Amino acid sequence: MEHAPAWLTNSLIYLSAAVIIVPLSQFLGLGSIIGYLAAGIAIGPWGLGFVTNVQDILHFAEFGVVLMLFLIGLELEPKRLWSLRRPIFGWGTAQVAGCAAVIFLGAWAAGASWQVALAAALGLALSSTAIALQVMGERNLLPTSSGQASFSILLFQDVAAIPILALIPLLGQGTEANEAAAHASRAVEALKIVTVIAGIILGGRLLLRPLLRWIARTNSTEIFTAAALLLVVGIAALMQLVGLSMALGAFLAGVLLAESEYRRELETDIAPFKGLLLGLFFIAVGMSVDFGVLLREPGTTALIVLGFLAAKMLVIWALAKAMRLPFQERPVFTILLAQGGEFAFVVFQAAAGAKVFTPEVASQLIAAVALSMLVSPLLLVLVDKLLMPRLALRGADKAFDEIAEQQEAPIIIAGFGRYGQIVGRTLLAQGVACTVLDHDADTVEAIRRFGYRVFYGDATRLDLLRMSGAATAKVLVVAVNDVEQSLKIVDIARENFPQLQIVARARDVPHWGELRDRGVLQVERELFESSLRSARSVMELLGFTPNIARQKAMRFRLHNIALFEELYPHRGDSVKALALAKRGRQQLEEQMAKEREQQAQRRPARWGQGTDGKP
Amino acid sequence: MADSFPAPAAPADPTPTIPPSVYLIAAHPDWNESRVNRRLLETAQAVAASTGAGAPRVDIQDLYASYPDYCIDVPAEQARVAAAQLVVLMHPIQWYAMPALQKLWLDEVLTYGWAYGAVSSGTGDNSAAPANAPGTALRGKDLWLVATTGGQEESYHPESYNRYYFDAFLPPYEQTASLCGMRFLPPLILHGAHSVGRDAVKAHTETFRQHLQTYPDWAGAETLAYDALRRAGPGIEEAV
Repeated sequence: MEHAPAWLTNSLIYLSAAVIIVPLSQFLGLGSIIGYLAAGIAIGPWGLGFVTNVQDILHFAEFGVVLMLFLIGLELEPKRLWSLRRPIFGWGTAQVAGCAAVIFLGAWAAGASWQVALAAALGLALSSTAIALQVMGERNLLPTSSGQASFSILLFQDVAAIPILALIPLLGQGTEANEAAAHASRAVEALKIVTVIAGIILGGRLLLRPLLRWIARTNSTEIFTAAALLLVVGIAALMQLVGLSMALGAFLAGVLLAESEYRRELETDIAPFKGLLLGLFFIAVGMSVDFGVLLREPGTTALIVLGFLAAKMLVIWALAKAMRLPFQERPVFTILLAQGGEFAFVVFQAAAGAKVFTPEVASQLIAAVALSMLVSPLLLVLVDKLLMPRLALRGADKAFDEIAEQQEAPIIIAGFGRYGQIVGRTLLAQGVACTVLDHDADTVEAIRRFGYRVFYGDATRLDLLRMSGAATAKVLVVAVNDVEQSLKIVDIARENFPQLQIVARARDVPHWGELRDRGVLQVERELFESSLRSARSVMELLGFTPNIARQKAMRFRLHNIALFEELYPHRGDSVKALALAKRGRQQLEEQMAKEREQQAQRRPARWGQGTDGKP
Repeated sequence: MADSFPAPAAPADPTPTIPPSVYLIAAHPDWNESRVNRRLLETAQAVAASTGAGAPRVDIQDLYASYPDYCIDVPAEQARVAAAQLVVLMHPIQWYAMPALQKLWLDEVLTYGWAYGAVSSGTGDNSAAPANAPGTALRGKDLWLVATTGGQEESYHPESYNRYYFDAFLPPYEQTASLCGMRFLPPLILHGAHSVGRDAVKAHTETFRQHLQTYPDWAGAETLAYDALRRAGPGIEEAV
């Protein structure tokens, strides 16, 4: 190992730390972020000490955040971004200004100078985009109203980081001397910023797509991947040049490409890099926790962490209330935005550079932010285990009473989207009691009014299933639209509630097979029956009578289902499956042809003809 | 609505200002395979479209087109029947009876307490119940069977392969009408529908058109004659 180059040793260290600790953390139910952070602490200067150049790694890994924002931008067409302008600037300003004001007053009251208090408050008011969006994505919360709100606020913070960073030098001593010069240079800087942003927007509109088309025509995937990376790196460098946030520039580029035909391709190319670099970023955060400061002044650091978390939570909770976010989504929303963010590191380093902070204060604050990033996933776990079961029940009490009498054959419906709703409403129309589980609090609010017994939460959680009566229920309808979640629910139900009969929605053929593997027999392919309906409509338009169109469609349906049953045992064997499918189609065609022939024979003049042959 | 019409004993005789209304239920599984019934349907549609003075209002229901899923809208059907004075059942005879969907229509639409089961009369007899009593919605209306058979007329004979005179298969229709207090009009039957000559089809269609257009003029006299023949014995068609 002695002759191994540094990059090899480093990769070995980082990758093995991640591969060992992250699955462990996930197994313990703590999520991947805590795993990365723990891995970072373990290999960092205060753990095993494998790595010492933490700041370099942190800078490098920040590129993961840049890639993440590029990907987020790809998902966001300009039109949607425009429709979000009010939450971004309205709620975003409220969050940053509100949190900063409270922290500033607290710090000032505690005896800090106003410059230090202001710089600290502005840095601490920002949140970790990386952690928040990662957690929201893991919990499938991004489409919910709290997800949208968090996203808007985080986006605003990215923008706000720019003026904050510009403000920091003004707080430092000795800036008054050359004020005039500074003014002039700031004007030039502003001009540069405007030019670069305008350049990105114009270039993105006019140049990027033809350029990508030209590259795509080379038909070489790795060159396209390289071009995608180059695009992000280039924009990041450009932004760096004029002193803007790299993440913001990448986001802008993403938005500009959101409507292009290369969106999916760019996404699949960039996603693995983003995942790895983001992991590295979390590891770096774990490494950067300065346990030296912690050990020297554990009380002060704890006070700072608790103080700023409490202040931010207070402001954000009030904000959530003002935004009318669903009650059940508020805890996660609050915790995710309350933690300090990666921008704080940058702000504090800048403040130390401008001599606003002494190095001790800077490292103490950085440690506090890192600690808050470490604490917040833990807080989330606590909320899940302790608070959510109670929140899930909140507001359901009334519905409980109403349905209390007809609980002999309760039905549990997991997922109340388009699919689950039809199932549930049909059953409710028969007076059959249904218990509904859904993780979108807006849906939950809406359907609670219709007298359903609704629980807010993830049906993949055993405690939630148990609480909704899975132990005594007869039927579980798995109608969630995520394949992995669907299978997880089925696994949990099979293992813990063997009496429960499962009716499941299959997204596609592989999912159908997976459900079959788990012994679920009542599976419907979600588009099958409605497609047959459309086939009937087409046949009717072609002149088939509705009755005959139905007959043909039903015949096809039976044949298709029989073919599925026949194919099922050979799922792994694609050659055999293909042969069987081909033969199946042939059989159907033969069968239909035979029917047509019989039909023709049955026609006039042959049967029931008079003995004299007269028509 | 049904009770605004005359009582069952008296022949239907609506005032000339109000044309009689007809509900024609056409049940054919596949019109593309039909030879006679399709023409009958077209004839009925033409009658329904005509606007001459005193022409009957004809409401046509293509049963297999409306309910290919065998899911019958019972309240809508009852409303349409209630609005009519004459109910026409028009279909090919399949396996010596009406097509399955027409039978399902009877099963689901002619409900107890609406079409039959006049409990208030004590015996369930429809005609003895007071006006507007439950189970009397069809009382006083006419039922007319317009049917075709694939088999030749000669085959409906004790010595041929169908082994019975055709009228042996009519009692379910007749008794359905009777239980609901309806008058069963002489059925209009065309045998050998697959093979019968074009002229015969034309003549049959014309008979159908005339009857439909002039209803209820012929209903009283023809029904009396038909009932007399039925009482006389089997094989009325031979006698005719």
